[in-house]
Amino acid sequence: MEQKTKINAQDGKQDLVITREFDLPVDLLFKAYAEPGVVEQWMGTKVLKLESRKHGSYQFETTDAKGSKYRFNGVIHEFSPNRKITRTFEMENTPFGVQLELLEFEQLTDQASRLNMHVIYESPAKRDQVLQLPFAQGINMAHNRLQDIVSKLK
Amino acid sequence: MNLRRDVFQAIADPTRRAILLLLASQAMTAGAIASNFDTARPTVSKHLQILTRCDLLEQEQNGREIYYHLNSEKMKEIADFIEPFRKMWDDRFNKLETIMKKYKAKK
Repeated sequence: MEQKTKINAQDGKQDLVITREFDLPVDLLFKAYAEPGVVEQWMGTKVLKLESRKHGSYQFETTDAKGSKYRFNGVIHEFSPNRKITRTFEMENTPFGVQLELLEFEQLTDQASRLNMHVIYESPAKRDQVLQLPFAQGINMAHNRLQDIVSKLK
Repeated sequence: MNLRRDVFQAIADPTRRAILLLLASQAMTAGAIASNFDTARPTVSKHLQILTRCDLLEQEQNGREIYYHLNSEKMKEIADFIEPFRKMWDDRFNKLETIMKKYKAKK
């Protein structure tokens, strides 16, 4: 089966491209990025602020299973409805730096659209660190589960 | 079988995972690696020894220094680094699609 979400990340480069096609008209896909209430649902985060306009800014807050809170923020440089969002993204209190995100929304048919997300990091090393985050967390989670099971056996 | 279990035990330790992530971008000497941790240097050496023993790290002599670098072939055996990242976005986008289909129905 072909994968719906594709990532193109070349070795030694400081950017990557995420591509995904949706069974949605382009205006609904765009709404999912523009409306705070909708962003909260699919990103699984609390939206502290989201000013969907040029020179607007945003801040999200995510709480993990242990109750730790993580904040993310950025500034919106371009906001062209149903077409393009250019914004920065930063995980607060982490060494990953700021990334530039260029989101292009494309209408394929009345009921289908495509999102092209070009993400540029400060350096190839920082890009690779961010790419590996879910890997590190995933292993961590598997390990925690293992510990839970083991502790119940005692 | 035993070797495989050893590899997974090796990466179950948070310090050793941090070492792997650190070396993902560049080869480093033991001293340079240790300077990234509060842990005592002999402890870091022990972690390096374990990672090297299960072939996750390779040593390379460069003049008087020994550099550690990732054995990418072995790392690939554990997991494709990008796959969890892709899966994370795929899950999010699936959710987005489901939510917006309902949003459409509501209108």
